[in-house]
Amino acid sequence: MWRITIKKQPDKKGYFGQYGGRFVPETLMPALQELEAAYSKAQKDKSFQMELKHLQAAYIGRPTPLYFAKRLTKHLGGAKIYLKREDLAHTGAHKINNALGQALLAKKMGKKRLIAETGAGQHGVATATGASLVGLECEIYMGSEDVQRQSLNVFRMKLLGAKVNEVTIGSRTLKDAINEALRDWTTNVRTTHYVMGTVFGPHPFPILVRDFQSIIGREAKKQIIKAEGKLPDYLIACVGGGSNAIGLFYEFLNDAVKMVGVEAGGRGIETGEHAARFAGGSIGVFQGCKSYLLQDDDGNVLGTHSVSAGLDYASIGPEHPYLRDMKRVRYTYATDSEALSAFELLSETEGIIPALESAHAIAEAVKLAPKLSKNKIIMINLSGRGDKDVQQVARIKGIEL
Amino acid sequence: MNRIEDTFKRLKAENKKAFIPYIMAGDPDLEKTMEHVMLLAECGADIIELGVPFSDPLADGPTIQRAAERALKAGVTLKKIIPFVKKLRQHTQVPIVLMTYYNPVFKYGEDAFIKDSVDAGIDGVIIPDLPPEEGEDFIKLSRDANFSTIFLIAPTSTKERIRQIVSACSGFVYYVSITGITGSKLTLEETFKSRIASVKKSTDKPIAVGFGVSTPEDAKRVSQIADGVIVGSAIVKKFYEHPVGAMEFIEKLREAIG
Repeated sequence: MWRITIKKQPDKKGYFGQYGGRFVPETLMPALQELEAAYSKAQKDKSFQMELKHLQAAYIGRPTPLYFAKRLTKHLGGAKIYLKREDLAHTGAHKINNALGQALLAKKMGKKRLIAETGAGQHGVATATGASLVGLECEIYMGSEDVQRQSLNVFRMKLLGAKVNEVTIGSRTLKDAINEALRDWTTNVRTTHYVMGTVFGPHPFPILVRDFQSIIGREAKKQIIKAEGKLPDYLIACVGGGSNAIGLFYEFLNDAVKMVGVEAGGRGIETGEHAARFAGGSIGVFQGCKSYLLQDDDGNVLGTHSVSAGLDYASIGPEHPYLRDMKRVRYTYATDSEALSAFELLSETEGIIPALESAHAIAEAVKLAPKLSKNKIIMINLSGRGDKDVQQVARIKGIEL
Repeated sequence: MNRIEDTFKRLKAENKKAFIPYIMAGDPDLEKTMEHVMLLAECGADIIELGVPFSDPLADGPTIQRAAERALKAGVTLKKIIPFVKKLRQHTQVPIVLMTYYNPVFKYGEDAFIKDSVDAGIDGVIIPDLPPEEGEDFIKLSRDANFSTIFLIAPTSTKERIRQIVSACSGFVYYVSITGITGSKLTLEETFKSRIASVKKSTDKPIAVGFGVSTPEDAKRVSQIADGVIVGSAIVKKFYEHPVGAMEFIEKLREAIG
């Protein structure tokens, strides 16, 4: 039943059920149509696909390993925990899967310049990397608050030859960086491709990004069958815009596998300082598509908070509310302090420092694994590595480096 | 017939072009907005665009972004702007068009928004992030209520899109002069004149041009080609930075448009 109703999405207008669409100023509409046509051509273009495949292996280092977290499993005393190691992809997170794909596509389209927004900085780094690999100019927009908390990634982007524009208007985080990137794109649309970093925004971005990220799940499925001879019982991924989650989930949508998406609970839902769109939001139209949105009664977008810059966003990719409505994926949240504990736990038990984003997924496993029997399998998407977060965690703990 | 169509008909008969100023409702509060609307009407504005403040105005440059921030700070939202226009109607019959992003309308409810707007004497709406293909229901509901829906044509619009957009428009067609956001510098592309001419071939509806028109000279150049001239950021800036000189500036714009 799922095969028919779930995998056929979105429709021609980019709708997943009632979510998605294309809500942008007219100036951008022709560019989105052009992108849609170019992408559809690239999907059938053997040389494009071969080049992508070659770079996924030789440049990104795919397939990334699937790792059995033996000591974490023992520590939690329940289900077996496997980690899909996207943190080992080149540049340190899953973001490169998409950025590289879009950079190749932009080059094919004859664009001269890439722009992107970034929250945690990982997508900015990945886009700057893609630009430098294929030989395009690159400018990144980043909220000034995120520039502060992710200064290491800012320097990385500069090393890669990108210009980093600090956004000082609005809440100075990811959403404001997207507004500025969209304004740039509106102005330079003829020469520039906008590398949307997640399964969000106007059609066709949600499918474009999903397709480039779904390699995660395809690899993971083969790997777990090889390791265990069966499919996992649960998949867990953190959800900001939702690209690492869709990347892992998509291949398993028709299988008997339970899935959990973990949003940022921040300082707790009751405080209002969070980014849990399902727990605290309602349907709205924002930055190009219809989805769940943290907004007030007048439709203005609310400020968000998360310890992790990559999850600190007011809306969520439109396929997620659809999967939630279909009861295919369960969505929950982890608070800042739960994520911080998980960050330390994984570091201590496995010698893997996770990104604070990915630590939210670990936090859910900490709650879930002990309730399950030892023959059950949980697979977590370890979407990124935590080097970028080390300074911030030290700051939070009051440790001077 | 409605106020907007009447206005363009009258202007055509008088061989004049429409002057369409934009201000942000609630910048810095609604009392001031009332004064500004009355001043604009007295200075010969033919249609007034009232901006609805939104937290994330992605088609706008810094001038209008900041104006929206000031208005939101004053607590002004769509729910207050609609009754405000109703009050305004006791003093002026100048056509009023709201310019709003889609989410405030979506949250208000399309049906209720159109009904309440018409009831308040609002003549139409411009929603820059609602392309016609996403607005099919909205257009239909608006037609039934004789509420004008003004969509935008951009320099990047294809012929096919232009046809689709003009047929979705009522009242007038909004031609975006530049590839960019509001308040940018006006650099009329060489093809500007021929593009307007080609839009005119596909419709009898009046065409107003906006984005980047900031001086009487700009306004004059545009008015020689289009049926109406929209001036936003420059007026918003004037009211905010040099309110004393605002009247003179507006009069000069009016005169330049002719």
